[in-house]
Amino acid sequence: MKPVPFRYVVARSLEEALAALAEGGDDAKPLAGGQSLVPALNLRLLRPELLVDLNRAGLDGIVRENGSVRVGATTRQAELERSPHAHPLVREALPFVGHVVTRNRGTVGGSVAHADGAAELPLCLVALGGEVVAEGPDGRRTFPAEELFVTHYTTTLLPGELLVETVWPAPGGGERSAFEELALRGGDYALAMAAAVLRHDQGVIREARVAVGAVTDHPTALAEVEALLVGNAPSDELAHEAGALAATLVDPAGGIHATPAYLRHLTGVLVERAIRRAT
Amino acid sequence: MGTATARETRASWVGQSVPRLEDEALLRGRGRFMDDLDPVPGAAHAAIVRSQLPHARITVDASAALDAPGVVGVLTGEDVRALSRPFPAGIDSPVPFYAAAVDVARYAGEPVAVVVARTRYEAEDAAELVEVDYDPLDPVLDPVAASETDACVHDRSFHYGDVDEALARADLVVHETFRFPRFSCTPVECYGVVADWDEAAGSLTAWANFQGPFTLHGVAAAALGLRGSRFRLLTPPDSGGSFGIKSSIFTYVVLIGLAARKLGRPVRWIEDRVEHLLGSASSTQRVTTVEAGFAHDGELLALRYDAIEDVGAYVRAPEPATLYRMHGSLSGAYTVRNVAARNRVVLTNTLPSGLNRGFGGPQLYLPLERTMAIAARRMGLDPADVARRNLVPAEEMPYRTPSGALYDSGDYAACLQQALELSGYERRRAEAAAARADGRLLGVGIACVVEPSISNMGYITLTQTAIERAQALPKSGNAEGALVTIDPLGGVTVRLGTTPQGQGHRTVCAQVVADELGIEPGEVTVLSEMDTQTVPWTVSSGNYSSRFSGVAVGAVQRAAAQLRAKVDAVREHLEEPELSLRRVAGSVHWNPAGLPEGMEPGLSVVAYWSAPNLDPPDAEDRVASSAAHGFIADVCAVEVEPETGEVRVLDYVTVHDAGRLLHPALADGQVLGGFAHGAGAALFERHVVDEWGNPMTASFVDYVTPTAPDLPTPRIGHRSTPSPFTALGAKGIGEGNTMSVPAAIANAVADALGRDDVELPLTAPRVWELLQRPPEGGGR
Amino acid sequence: MTEIEVVVNGQRHREAVEDRLLLTDFLRQRLGLTGTHVGCEHGVCGCCTVRLDGVAVRGCLLLAVQADGCEVQTVEGLAGSGPLTALQEAFRRHFALQCGFCTPGILMAAEDLLSRGTPTRDEIVDLLSGHLCRCTGYAPIVDAIEEAAAGALPPADEPRPEGT
Ligand code: FES
Ligand code: FES
Repeated sequence: MKPVPFRYVVARSLEEALAALAEGGDDAKPLAGGQSLVPALNLRLLRPELLVDLNRAGLDGIVRENGSVRVGATTRQAELERSPHAHPLVREALPFVGHVVTRNRGTVGGSVAHADGAAELPLCLVALGGEVVAEGPDGRRTFPAEELFVTHYTTTLLPGELLVETVWPAPGGGERSAFEELALRGGDYALAMAAAVLRHDQGVIREARVAVGAVTDHPTALAEVEALLVGNAPSDELAHEAGALAATLVDPAGGIHATPAYLRHLTGVLVERAIRRAT
Repeated sequence: MGTATARETRASWVGQSVPRLEDEALLRGRGRFMDDLDPVPGAAHAAIVRSQLPHARITVDASAALDAPGVVGVLTGEDVRALSRPFPAGIDSPVPFYAAAVDVARYAGEPVAVVVARTRYEAEDAAELVEVDYDPLDPVLDPVAASETDACVHDRSFHYGDVDEALARADLVVHETFRFPRFSCTPVECYGVVADWDEAAGSLTAWANFQGPFTLHGVAAAALGLRGSRFRLLTPPDSGGSFGIKSSIFTYVVLIGLAARKLGRPVRWIEDRVEHLLGSASSTQRVTTVEAGFAHDGELLALRYDAIEDVGAYVRAPEPATLYRMHGSLSGAYTVRNVAARNRVVLTNTLPSGLNRGFGGPQLYLPLERTMAIAARRMGLDPADVARRNLVPAEEMPYRTPSGALYDSGDYAACLQQALELSGYERRRAEAAAARADGRLLGVGIACVVEPSISNMGYITLTQTAIERAQALPKSGNAEGALVTIDPLGGVTVRLGTTPQGQGHRTVCAQVVADELGIEPGEVTVLSEMDTQTVPWTVSSGNYSSRFSGVAVGAVQRAAAQLRAKVDAVREHLEEPELSLRRVAGSVHWNPAGLPEGMEPGLSVVAYWSAPNLDPPDAEDRVASSAAHGFIADVCAVEVEPETGEVRVLDYVTVHDAGRLLHPALADGQVLGGFAHGAGAALFERHVVDEWGNPMTASFVDYVTPTAPDLPTPRIGHRSTPSPFTALGAKGIGEGNTMSVPAAIANAVADALGRDDVELPLTAPRVWELLQRPPEGGGR
Repeated sequence: MTEIEVVVNGQRHREAVEDRLLLTDFLRQRLGLTGTHVGCEHGVCGCCTVRLDGVAVRGCLLLAVQADGCEVQTVEGLAGSGPLTALQEAFRRHFALQCGFCTPGILMAAEDLLSRGTPTRDEIVDLLSGHLCRCTGYAPIVDAIEEAAAGALPPADEPRPEGT
């Protein structure tokens, strides 16, 4: 279980990284924390000709500004976990991301750009209505995270473009959030997961973001569930109804460990639990 | 403390939890595992090309690989056919089993070719260039369907007492089918082999993290066409776990040996994890239909098993031993005298099975203990009462089971009582019932199992009829050898053929020898690396059937005792009863002329020990399948989360009687490890192939083993009734919980759900699916 | 081939390596530091855990070239030639290893955890979710790390032969 031969370059800056990726074209891959990429290399599921190491490109750091938190692409997941600026939802979700040791190395941007449908950070970013900042040959652009994810391992990043930053809204007044996940064993890939971010005002849910992952090919906000919640007083019945609705909105493929029926049902359970706890 | 004083007061290191001799090196990263050794400089690296299909005619073209950078050469199935013979096994099978697929591949992952290059990296590069042409054949995957076809390669029936008569008078007959899934104990260290072929001598020297049994040395030698003395097999001092799995490495020793032979240079192969999950070994998968008759008071009157054993693509030696290892214990811990069994072995296009912790025990006790629980539920009795009604009473020890085992000692009822008290059984049952009345799903399950250890080498001949056996060499016993040496400076060295993989054999041997010689364990050097040319061994050597504490310790103790007798005789002769061991040793080595009249020079003893109570099977197919029998009573309490199907183990109590504990902390370690494997099989682990036979669990992401947050910690209790049949009264303890835990957890979950049709592994999704179906075979 | 300079257990090494060489293979095969074990090479088992500039990471998920200019500590570097560390001693006292194959990775991860403060038992269990041990059932490992975290070592209770 060894990687195919490739060339490796260290990017000392974003410019160097972009230049190297441009030169490598389709056969180049950016390397961040490597916690998903290197297993795929070792298993020879990926066969790049060039690896561009971003770890020394100065793309890390957590900055709080104007009601949001900007997290550099190569910021380690462990660093975000320990940061006082991390949104409570993220702090709740991060312990589910791999293990302590993989979070020491795994990066926030890497996880988001990798776009694994069962990854926690993309789900949180979508649930919070966060943004991503990408830079490529044609310059820098910022866009809603929801527009990033297409399907498993597929994003709208353009060829040669790098995700350089994620932008996480800070918690607003009256906001409560919750993250729920079930995996077969601790630290494993989720069977299903759900995040709820609700803004309450005078006993009524004013805004709602409810998103699910692992049962969908990319993190998916459930607009119908959100619509059901908004304008209503939170209650166990409402949460239950929302969960039941959520279960009808997903169409998981199932796998060796779980049937589609179970995963649909579990989605409902987790959505219901998340909404209850975000109340 | 003078040595003589220590002996006179019968000081004993045995029985104490002394620090392990193994640990210092391991903690410093200075263990020597297979891939740490570089025994023959210049070995080239192998990568194995494996079949991608479960069943196909194959044609292999390696020409492109031969031209790849760094490549030394390629071994194909054709070469394997030309250079070796099929492996012999316990039963004749229509499909010849070679070290690599010849013409037809019979499971996905079966070796097809070996590519040898300067580095593993280059070998893997070149392996991708080997072209394998597949002409797919229909795979056989379902063992039950296979049992009606020529994929069924063995079918024998056994009758003890009169089952039909007893079933006819039973008040209740439980008739159920149980499936035990295929799982693997997956040691964290994978297989590794270094092979060096000596063309001039026509001999193979191989290093491998093999674990025995050394019967398999003979099987490998036969395939290689070598006399045993021309096949030198060595093991590293440390092995990263095995739990049976590394016994099956012998086919790879042959394969890499053939590569070394063909290419004329030493070859090294270190298995990776994907290869391990595809191509090492697993437990058998067994489908057992039980008919059990009970009297109204819970007495078990008769038991009939119909077992279909799926051994995978080939009958790999020592299979079908999984099916016969427990033969003497078909009646479990119970007094039932009417027992029958039909044993069928089927081949399917899946990974061949082999030794795996518990070996036959989990597959037997799941159906038996589930049957006991089902009967209790159907009769409205407390499962503990049903168990008590049937347990072999202490006063009947030693007890001969209907199928021939001799249960040596123990008070099973007292052991069960201890477990019930430790768990607070009555209270837990009441709590569970109250919680269920509230709509929660709590349940309590028990399991009572006899843990056999020290297998009779003759049990496998039960695959033959008594008439066939009468015409063959009888097989019996289980023997081990050991070498104990005292050097001229009084240093003591032990050499062992028990190939430990973490059990602490070196420590225990040092305790035993220290006791005999009146020294401290730390003064004893114990070498655990096996070498078939220099270590005393027997065909039954190795690390399996929990035989160490009974048999190997017997050999070590005997050798040490003989040395002590010699040392004492020298002291007496010199009229210096307090003379230190060092001085005695110096005297024996330096002054043989001064030895007592007739005494042999030298201070080195090889001794052997064999279990005294293991005869060949008799004409009625009864066999004392094991020498010693421990007993375990487990109580498990679970809660099932109805929304998600998650099973939470609330409490687990296990009480063992494993005879005398030579090292209590190591014994507890074996209990914890056996528990972890049993709980893994109960709750998580299973090899899965899809409907076309493609393995779906070929990585540690998909083959789900429990980690720390997933595993409850059992509460352990002990009783100690020494075995009269082992040297120090010890019995095996390392496999029992792998046998009992799947049954106890299944019983607890069945109790929680109020239904009989629970099936392992009890993962959340599978339990939830079960809850969506009406119960089969009755609910509460 | 890329030339790298790595300080491993305090010792500086300058080596030319193939870009695809895994750090585990570099440590084991090039430097002979075989204490770092390999159990899966896909990031699950945790046997390969080493500290890179003090931080516990998976050795099998790093390329040797990525360690250029870094300090690596392996299990061999814990005690060096001195006495065992408190954590190693605790492992021994609790019989927290059987085959010992998983042990180096767990020691490296646990040393990192302990260097960040006193973990709770739950945090220790959570740490171990990233490490497979097939021998011990984990409980003795948790006990050992917990004891090392508490810092106070019980008085050495050396067994003596019974009856003396
Ligand atoms: S070898 Fe690195 S995690 Fe298993
Ligand atoms: S001690 Fe063997 S794997 Fe942990």
